[in-house]
Amino acid sequence: MDLSKINRKNLGVNIGIPLALLIIVGLLPLYGWDYGVTLFSNFLLYIILTVSWVIFSGVTGYISLATAAFYGLGIYAAAIYFPLNGHALPLIVIILIAAAVSFVVAFIVGAITLRLRGIYFAMFTFGLVLLVKEVIYYWEIVIQGTRGRMVALESNNAVFYYLLGICVIAMLVSYFIRRSKYGLALQSIGENEEAAAHIGVNVTMTKIVTFAISTAFMGAAGVIMATKNTYVDPGTAFDPMISFSPALMAIFGGTGNVWGPAIGAVFFSYVQELLQTGSLKDYYKLIFGAMLIGTILYLPTGLTGLIQKLWKRFKGEKSAPIRG
Amino acid sequence: MELFLNVLIGGLLIGGVYSLISMGLTLQYGVAKVFNIAHGEFMMVGAFLTFWLRENGIDPLLTIVITAPVLFIVGFILYRTVFTTLRVKSPNPGVFESNGMLAAFGLYFVVQNIAVLIWHSTPRSYSYLGGVVNIGGALFIENRIVAAIFAVVIGIVFYLFLAGTRTGKAIRAAAQDPATAGLMGVNINFVLALCFAFGAAMAGMAGTLISICYPIYTTMGLGYTVIATVVITLGGLGSIPGSFIGGFLLGIIGTGVAYWQPGLSTASYYVIFIILLLIRPKGLMGT
Repeated sequence: MDLSKINRKNLGVNIGIPLALLIIVGLLPLYGWDYGVTLFSNFLLYIILTVSWVIFSGVTGYISLATAAFYGLGIYAAAIYFPLNGHALPLIVIILIAAAVSFVVAFIVGAITLRLRGIYFAMFTFGLVLLVKEVIYYWEIVIQGTRGRMVALESNNAVFYYLLGICVIAMLVSYFIRRSKYGLALQSIGENEEAAAHIGVNVTMTKIVTFAISTAFMGAAGVIMATKNTYVDPGTAFDPMISFSPALMAIFGGTGNVWGPAIGAVFFSYVQELLQTGSLKDYYKLIFGAMLIGTILYLPTGLTGLIQKLWKRFKGEKSAPIRG
Repeated sequence: MELFLNVLIGGLLIGGVYSLISMGLTLQYGVAKVFNIAHGEFMMVGAFLTFWLRENGIDPLLTIVITAPVLFIVGFILYRTVFTTLRVKSPNPGVFESNGMLAAFGLYFVVQNIAVLIWHSTPRSYSYLGGVVNIGGALFIENRIVAAIFAVVIGIVFYLFLAGTRTGKAIRAAAQDPATAGLMGVNINFVLALCFAFGAAMAGMAGTLISICYPIYTTMGLGYTVIATVVITLGGLGSIPGSFIGGFLLGIIGTGVAYWQPGLSTASYYVIFIILLLIRPKGLMGT
């Protein structure tokens, strides 16, 4: 079950299953099932957001609530460079621009807040979304005199493949960071920051760079979603729900391995889809909030943590140490 | 001169309410260690309770004696059920802080959703003490002055309670070091729940005061939570006098910026927040 270490015996499982999944999902647009493509695009979006959130916040325990800020920056990058009449730049370049802008902004935010205790980081990122939203509203209404923009439409299939591509890269980056020496440094920061500093980890720089890397994917995802939704204004681009959802999905799925966040993301985006289209529409936030509280109270290691624990008990091993 | 007076006094008036909200949050975060993002929602509930009671013929200012106890009880029960469980389960205080914050987010969604279901999302307002007072040539509406005075009085009473009573001493001990306070015979679960409950009650009272001055709507809470967050960082986490001074300061700055560019007042709070984190992260009165 533990995917953090590859050994030859499990090579088939570790490479084979993800590859098979990738092929099955990748062929989806060929089945002619349009709703499925939209649904899976949504899954992929949340997998990207959640997996990239976990790269930093899941491992170090510094809770970032700024996902929506970077996602929104991506949306606005698309609004500026991919307008309705005449594409200024090819989409792939815009994705790279959005990723770079997110990286730089996150680097600055991290440099300001990540020297301090985790709670300042959480507070700051919590308000960052509202700040960026307000500044862009101000820019649009007072300086430009318009509100909202249009973005050129991409086909559903193109959106799907772009998202799939970003998702695969995000998963791979997450996986290799976890396996590397760098990931070990991150984990030691998460467990005991002082001790990590004492054994020679450049604590602040590691945190800042990781945070910046993780946000690049959020920005990239924003660009693609803008071409799907076509209309952009600060209210929809900087929706606070986009910030909270990845946190809930990651905690629900379990942040202890690469798969947990993805499972949590698929589960919750499906629940979201069901609730938002069904008769329970008005109760969506209520259910979302109750699930968040319930997960934190009763599933501290997430679904995959629980399964791992049960699996080990089933095999007669001692239970796994629970990480906080 | 008139503009200066307008900004200064206007800022001090709104600052009173900011102080009250922030005092609540500083109790919840500084002592009970829950960074309560649902704080503004408690305030919103207080405001709507006042609105509802006023429709049933009760004077809005009098409703304070109802909103405060109701939110106090809600806060107390919430802490004893959700947050105490979390605190006991968490392996260290850092984990409790981040999990507590996320649970507070859950709370935020739940409270807001319930409020929207009951009161919908249209803004409500009523007029109360609408007379105009002339202070040195600048004009102010009576209800703002009354609200500010109430906020200051509540703040002072609570400060005296902390300084003078045995329970207040227990709260201050718990603020310094919960574990040691527990060893000295302070019933720590009770005292922390008490702090959270006082915080919620203050949010409720602030809600009442805001409802007599401004239109209220069910999604107004988050903005006030952000203001309170900046104020408690400005004043120093856990410091009651600090959040008082911070509230007035932020009130003046916000009013000044609003005169110049109404769209940028939240942005100005953020500039202050950034400067603080860079220069003096522990705040004005922090230790």
